[in-house]
Amino acid sequence: MELLTLALGSLSEAWSLILQPSTILYLALGVVMGISIGVFPGLGGIAGLSLMLPFMFGLDPVFGLALMIGLVAVVPTSDTFASVLMGIPGSSSSQATVLDGFPLAKKGQAARALSAAFTSSLFGGLVGATFLTFFILVARPIVLMFQSPELLMVAVFGVSMVGILAGRVALKGLAAAGLGMMIAMIGEGPFNGQPRLTSYDYPYFLDGLQLVIVGLGIFAIPEVVALLRKGASINQRERLGAGWMDGIRDWWVNKWLSVRGSLIGVAVGVIPGLGGSVVDWIAYGHAVQTTKKKTEFGSGEIRGVIAPESANNAKEGGGLVPTLLFGIPGSGSMAIFIGALALLGQGELEPGQKMLTEDLDITYAIVWMLALANVLGTILCIALSNPIARLTNIRFVLIAPFVFMIVSFAAFQSGQNLLDLAALMGIGLIGILLRRFDWSRPAFLIGFVLAQPVEQYSNNAYQISTFRIDQGLQAVFEYLFSPIVLVLIVITVLSVLVGIRQAKNIQAEGAVPSGRKRAPFLFLSSLTVFTVWFMIEMYSIPDYAWVDAVFPVVISTFTFGCLLGLLALMILKPEQDLIFADRELEIGEYQHPFWRTLGWFAGLLVLTSLIGFILALAIFLLCFFIIRAQESISRSLVFSVSGIGFMLFMGWLLNRDFPPGLLQDFMNLPWPLT
Amino acid sequence: MPQNNKTGENYPMLLKKITVGICASVFTIGLASAADMSGKTVEWTIPFSETGGSAKWANFFAPLLSEALPGNPTVVVKYMPGAGSTKGANWFQRQKDGDGTVMFGSSGSTQFPYLLDDPRVRYEYNDWNAVMASGTGGVAYLNAEDGKLFDGTANKLKGKKFVYGNQGATRLDLVPALAWDMLGMDVKHVMGVKGRGGGRKMFESGEATIDYQTSAAYLKNSAPLVEQGKAVVMMTWGALGDNGDIIRDPTFPDIPTFKEVCDKTDGCETSGPRWEAWKAFFAAGFPMQKAAFLPAGTPNDVIATFNTAFKKVVDRPDFAEISAKRLGKYPVYTGAAAGKALQNALKVSPEAKQFIKNYLKERFGVDLK
Repeated sequence: MELLTLALGSLSEAWSLILQPSTILYLALGVVMGISIGVFPGLGGIAGLSLMLPFMFGLDPVFGLALMIGLVAVVPTSDTFASVLMGIPGSSSSQATVLDGFPLAKKGQAARALSAAFTSSLFGGLVGATFLTFFILVARPIVLMFQSPELLMVAVFGVSMVGILAGRVALKGLAAAGLGMMIAMIGEGPFNGQPRLTSYDYPYFLDGLQLVIVGLGIFAIPEVVALLRKGASINQRERLGAGWMDGIRDWWVNKWLSVRGSLIGVAVGVIPGLGGSVVDWIAYGHAVQTTKKKTEFGSGEIRGVIAPESANNAKEGGGLVPTLLFGIPGSGSMAIFIGALALLGQGELEPGQKMLTEDLDITYAIVWMLALANVLGTILCIALSNPIARLTNIRFVLIAPFVFMIVSFAAFQSGQNLLDLAALMGIGLIGILLRRFDWSRPAFLIGFVLAQPVEQYSNNAYQISTFRIDQGLQAVFEYLFSPIVLVLIVITVLSVLVGIRQAKNIQAEGAVPSGRKRAPFLFLSSLTVFTVWFMIEMYSIPDYAWVDAVFPVVISTFTFGCLLGLLALMILKPEQDLIFADRELEIGEYQHPFWRTLGWFAGLLVLTSLIGFILALAIFLLCFFIIRAQESISRSLVFSVSGIGFMLFMGWLLNRDFPPGLLQDFMNLPWPLT
Repeated sequence: MPQNNKTGENYPMLLKKITVGICASVFTIGLASAADMSGKTVEWTIPFSETGGSAKWANFFAPLLSEALPGNPTVVVKYMPGAGSTKGANWFQRQKDGDGTVMFGSSGSTQFPYLLDDPRVRYEYNDWNAVMASGTGGVAYLNAEDGKLFDGTANKLKGKKFVYGNQGATRLDLVPALAWDMLGMDVKHVMGVKGRGGGRKMFESGEATIDYQTSAAYLKNSAPLVEQGKAVVMMTWGALGDNGDIIRDPTFPDIPTFKEVCDKTDGCETSGPRWEAWKAFFAAGFPMQKAAFLPAGTPNDVIATFNTAFKKVVDRPDFAEISAKRLGKYPVYTGAAAGKALQNALKVSPEAKQFIKNYLKERFGVDLK
């Protein structure tokens, strides 16, 4: 009863936070941005949120939250456009939608597929929010008891999820997660401050690589480069057609499937680390299993649209649970979300148990903003379906330079260092290669994000248990293996078993052709060399700083084992085996050479280091539009000026500097050229 | 409960900024004169992220300073986190723009590595020009159960075992660590906790049984625990009196200082090298915790302009009231007084330094060359 009063109180406070014109305004702005980002194939919530990060500095917490929630909530709604109309997944969580959505569009029933999808999305989003409201109440007393061992298990549970993300070759997924963890461990050790894989002579790496840079490098850059290379083919899309009411009717007929899809979405979302890239496949699989007539799947079965679309909106609600309560992100985009929380209101908000006590009103505000954003997003998507669908017609070559522009700006803001841009480029290259050879990028990012909590909590738990040892072994066991920990262990083991069984049906990043041995083998070899170097460095950390060495040694040794296994497999298996996946073989897909495409981006960065960001950007944009996009000089000028204008406006509004280059060392230039 | 004003407060800021900015940029072109600072931008860099206490401190002063400087220049706070704040300080050491547009804010975390000859330190406090300095205090508290045994002395706490979430041996945490050791308490340190907030979370979940927070954080997050009976307040580190003695912390006049507790506790001495070392590092870390600097080689008239401006800020009739809420009731030094106070804080005797280095090595295995 007491709980209920508390919840009602917080709920009404939450609504008074939400129902302010300015909050709604920010939410709507986020929704509009989310729709635009979701419409473009490849750019999903992770890239969208990363791009927004630099704009979070000093923003009022509630407004910042509204902006982000608006974006996160509607990406799974609007990405349906690309999936249905073009047959390209709009983001990682709507890949399954393509299977039946695109065939429906080809039959001239795009409107029906879209309206069924939007209705399902809306419903899923509302189910997610409702679930969260109650889950928070039920979980509150339990979560408040969490100590380091419990938090450690939550993080480990998250890591164990890479099994299911691993894709078709489990070892590759595990190694990718291990590599992500190793990258995360570069920098000063958290306990003794021992430099890991760096030294005081390279101060940049002492602070470790920032999440923004890794998020953008691993997800945004590879997608943008790949889309750019694909060139004109993106223009092909089906017509909308009629049948909006049919879609809603379809949803009503299949409402129970939608309910189940939503519950699957919430449940998968709650699991830390699993996130978006598999939820649609699980829901799709469920739809297939529960449909009597299976022959229609793949050629336009509306149930194949309803289930994944219900799930992928609901998962955002679920994903907020581990994110807000433990500070352990539920998915890649939630990891960025945590990073943004820290920037909002100067750290007044921090994920953790406090979100359930003092900040319960904020928590509920987040939950219901999520619901509201879903409603807004659905209304907008239906009402503006024609213009939005037309957005997909914009040549990507006209968007890409702006994305590069914002990506660079966002990366630079993370450390105000030119090396941020170099790091972005380096990580971007790794991301491109991971994508090319079908190594799970979600697994990599999850490893990167969860390395810190796993190391932190395992160290805390270890230290505290040694303090308790003189109270007897029983005290230690009671501390380490509380009932909550035991339950979490059981869940982890179960999910790993189920995950491994399911993994083969889940192509987290779509199908990839396989081919010759040489390129995949070379990539694997270089990863192995890096891992060996990492191991040697970690083993040579002096004894007094052993606490800083333990975790990296364990992880790198494990990763090394996985890589050795892969090497053996590569030697034994014949060419064309799954293990030799290589996206370069997607015949006819790529019209532009790889290096020249990446070269554009590299050119921007090199120019920046010479003459500073704004001047470099001016040259880059102009050249890109004229040469690469083959636009007329006057249009190119207009595009470039508006791009730079936007950048200047944002930089000025946020009191941000732009990266300076060599030129600025010699000359004192006025802002924004500084 | 934190409420609607969370949103209300900053609401028009963005819009206002846009309008003001557009007007300002139109008007100020060609208007900037040499004497005052109108149209200029003072960039106040702090070597921490947006989330820490230093950010709150600098953001509190920035608008007030802008009002007080001649010509009301824009004062913006910039963040340059990294390497335990030594990155930003090293950067500031290289700055030459002594025209008042570059300012730096340091904190106790910047001072300790400097005092302990951390290999990362490439900066020299004596080169800089302090224009303002302010302090804080710290409060230690115990869990409810062991707190019952606390009777103003640590005598009954001696057989007990405590757990403390420590950020790092060379951080400000060395002040409480040494204090508890001097009281003869058996405190186990969980090293590598993220921020003092991380330590407080461990305390709240029951894993840690003793904790300390700086004043502002104590008032905001820990005082409620004491009120609810979940924690028992133990002592403050005190404040420095005019003659260099430790006196009661003005923000917490009812809480005894470590000195008082130590005096009453068997075996704890408030004299001798241990006490002197503790006091020296307390003085370096707390009463003079944060300071604003202009870079080396700044002309005297610019320094004087800033001194006057900060004095104007402190002399505002409402200063005591607004600063007490956001920073605690601590003296703010300006001008020469700031420089002198800082000199005193950083004047740690070689003996005290050596004592602390040995202590860190023996107690925590940290070897600072």
